[in-house]
Order: sequence, then C-alpha cells, then structure tokens
Amino acid sequence: MMLIPCPWCGPRNETEFHYGGQAGVAYPADPQALSDEEWARFLFVRANPKGLFHERWCHTAGCRRWFGVVRDTVSHEIRSVEVNA
Amino acid sequence: MMSPELPRADPPGASLPQHPDFLWRDADPRRRYQVVIVGGGGHGLATAYYLARNHGITDVAVLERGWLAGGNVARNTTIIRSNYLWEASAGIYEHALRLWEGLEADLGYPILFSQRGVLNLAHTPQEVRDGVRRVHANRMAGVDAEWLDPAGVARVCPIVNVSPDVRYPVLGATFQPRGGIAKHDHVAWGFARAAHALGVDLIQHCEVTGIDTRAGRVVGVRTTRGDIATDTLALSAAGHTSVLAAMVGLAVPIQSHALQALVSELLRPVHPTVVMSNAVHVYVSQAHKGELVMGAGIDAHNSYSQRGAAHVIERQMAAAVELFPVFARAHVLRTWGGIVDVSPDASPIVGLTPVDGLFLNCGWGTGGFKATPGVGWCYAHTIANGKPHPLNAPFTLDRFTTGALVDEHGAAAVAH
Repeated sequence: MMLIPCPWCGPRNETEFHYGGQAGVAYPADPQALSDEEWARFLFVRANPKGLFHERWCHTAGCRRWFGVVRDTVSHEIRSVEVNA
Repeated sequence: MMSPELPRADPPGASLPQHPDFLWRDADPRRRYQVVIVGGGGHGLATAYYLARNHGITDVAVLERGWLAGGNVARNTTIIRSNYLWEASAGIYEHALRLWEGLEADLGYPILFSQRGVLNLAHTPQEVRDGVRRVHANRMAGVDAEWLDPAGVARVCPIVNVSPDVRYPVLGATFQPRGGIAKHDHVAWGFARAAHALGVDLIQHCEVTGIDTRAGRVVGVRTTRGDIATDTLALSAAGHTSVLAAMVGLAVPIQSHALQALVSELLRPVHPTVVMSNAVHVYVSQAHKGELVMGAGIDAHNSYSQRGAAHVIERQMAAAVELFPVFARAHVLRTWGGIVDVSPDASPIVGLTPVDGLFLNCGWGTGGFKATPGVGWCYAHTIANGKPHPLNAPFTLDRFTTGALVDEHGAAAVAH
C-alpha cells in the first residue's frame, strides 16, 4: 500500500486513487497528418521504464482531481508531485 | 469428468516425485553462439529445447540474470487451459495444450500435469451470454468446452457456493475438462534438463547490459559475464522486455505490472478442479502437495518490484471466501509477486522486429504459463526460419499499426 501525497488533500492511502499511466501524453495536434506508425505509437506505446516514471494519478475518493508524480517503479518511492500533469 | 488422480488417501505432499540427481550443467558463457536466448524462464527454456529438438540447432545459450526459472514460471498459479475466444488465441493455446498432454513423456520428466478441468464462472447475465458464446466459439475451434448451469457447477466442484443469496450469485460456468494444472518448477526443470541434454548452455547470473548492432542487425550482446557474439538474439524476458528492447531503441507496447498470488497451508484434498471468476476476480486450485493456490489481478500502477500491495490480496481473499465459504478457516501461508508484461489487446507479441536478427516474445501478461510448450515450439520455429510459425503469425508487433488486434480483453475468460 503506497502513501500518495495528493497536492490538495495531503498523503492518503493508495486505495483512494485511480492510476492514469504515463503523464504528458498529448493528443496529436493534427491527427490527420500522422502516419499509421505514428498513430499506433500515440495509441499503444507508452514509456515503461525500470526506474523513475512520470505518471498521473486521480484522487477519486477525495478531491477527484488529477495530478502528476515522479515515482520509482522499482522501490515505489515518490520523488516529486506536481499539480498539473 | 472429475479428476481421478487427486490423492484421496495419501497425506499432503505424498505424491510428489523425487528429483533425479542431475538436472543440468551450470555453464560458463562461451564467446559466440548461433542463437542467444535472453531469459531462463519457462518460455526461454522451452524455446531452447524445441530449437534443439525440432530444428537441430544446439549452439544455443540461454542467459538468465538471476537463477534459472526464478521469475514468473516460479510465481504463477499453473493454470492450463485453451478456451480463448478468438481463433488466433485458441490456435496457439490449444497447440500448447496438446503438447502439455504429451510433455511428460517427451521430456522424460514428471511435470504432474493434471487435467482436472477448469471452470470459468459467470455471475451476471452478460457473463452468461459471453460464456455461452465462448463455448460455441471454442467448439468450432476444436477446443473442448461445455456450458454448465449452477447445479452442474456444484457437481463438478461441490465446495463452490452456488446459492442465489450471495452478493454475486453463480449463474453458470464454462467448463474445459482438458484444462488443469501442472507443477511449474518441474516444467521448467524438465525443459532445462532436456535442453541441456541436447547441448544447450544454460547460463545463470548473466544479465544482458547492452545489445550490439551493425548496419541494422544484431551482432552480439554485452553481459555481466562478458561479451557474447551472435547474430540471432531472442528476447524472452516478460516484464523486463522494455528494458532490453530499449537497448536497440525499440519501444514495445507493453506495460510492466506486479501480479500477486498466494498459497494456504497444506490441506487435505478438498478442491477437485480449477475455478476462475472474472467478476469477483479470483482463481483457485489446490496444488498436488495440498496448498490452495490463488491468484489476483494486477496492481494498477507500473512496477518492476516483485511484490504487490496487501489490499489487492485482501480483496482477493474476500472474493475467495464468498465463493468458497469452506476456505474461511484456511490460513495464508505466503504471498508473492511477479512482473508481468501487459499488452494493449491482452495478447502476446511473438515474432520479428525491425532489427534484423532480433526476435521478440513478450506481452503474455497474466497468462503465459499455459502457453509454455506452445510458444516454445512456435518461437523456435520463428527463430530457425526467420519467419513466424502460422500459429504465432497473428501475434506480430506490427498488428498495432495495421489494427489487426487479437482483442482478448474480457473475451479470454479472465480480466487481464
């Protein structure tokens, strides 16, 4: 059970949160211009690092707001938290 | 229909066979191999075995960063079935099941494959419709399948609570009588022993730290035990595939998660089959030695830690006790986790890559054990011939570009 620091509510149990995967995946500015390979990359390929990972969480059982964290995928240690992600 | 081989009279553990004195040689790496397989788990070992047995390729090294068969093959819940919805999946899993049925004789090693049947419970009207549809699809694909009503479920597995007054009543189940369990360690050791006997080098504590390429093709690997030259490199590293693929700049559409399982203390035979439930999410069998073996769902977040969160286990226990009230007085003996590689369509990726000489076997997610002989057979064919076997041809990396997904999310009788 991780203790996740919600930037608005403070540290809460992992069970209060919904996981959102990799942070910073922007919808393509001009989807029509993308090749099939580029579209597949946007749809299906996400970073999967062993180590620090920039990811999103939503405090679904609390303030219901999304935020970003940088977390170590081996130790599960949360290194930093950001309001916008 | 019921398994005859459950030891009713013997004490727990009595039916496990003794090991032979010698299993395999702990090899030191040579400086060059025709084929290098990365990952000494079930899939890697099976691939090495079939490369030697089916294709006569014995100049093969299997590199394992830890100890042989210490990853997911030692951590799964050993359930074997082939009742997947789509033809592509039924093809490779049924091929695997047919190999399982002859594997003990083929390997000359006891793997304790017990075809005690697999029940997939339905708890909602939609699950009933999906289950019945899957039974029809399975029969058309040559996979044994039956639809059972709640009374039929109780006949196969009397300890399942089929009363209508529980939170998620059992409305029926699919049943695959040829499904079952095997002793996972024995499976890995049997493949390792047979591969070694055919000349394969099994190299432990040898972590790949880099992949050398020249003009777009593989020329070797760097490892913690020195450089090894090869022009054929076959990845079979499950949850660590992304780390390896990144060494050649290849991004693979998988995410690594922790998947947990647990066992109870040793109990007298009480559970005659395998029960899986999607809606309450638990799967349970009783190992040959007597432990109740239960698996859960994955932890939601990405992880390379071979441990999971206690709340996932707690939820799984609640589900198990609801389905099997008799389990309420059992105790958890130990829990553990493995790192599984989940793909976007819950189907594996087995085949070629954009890098010449680099082959990929990953994306089996939570269900790779049952495929062990089948994927070993097909992956070896792919490596030996430089093109996929017909049974793994649908599972290419480029299906995510073409859109020809094999969407087994939900369809595969378990929520991956």
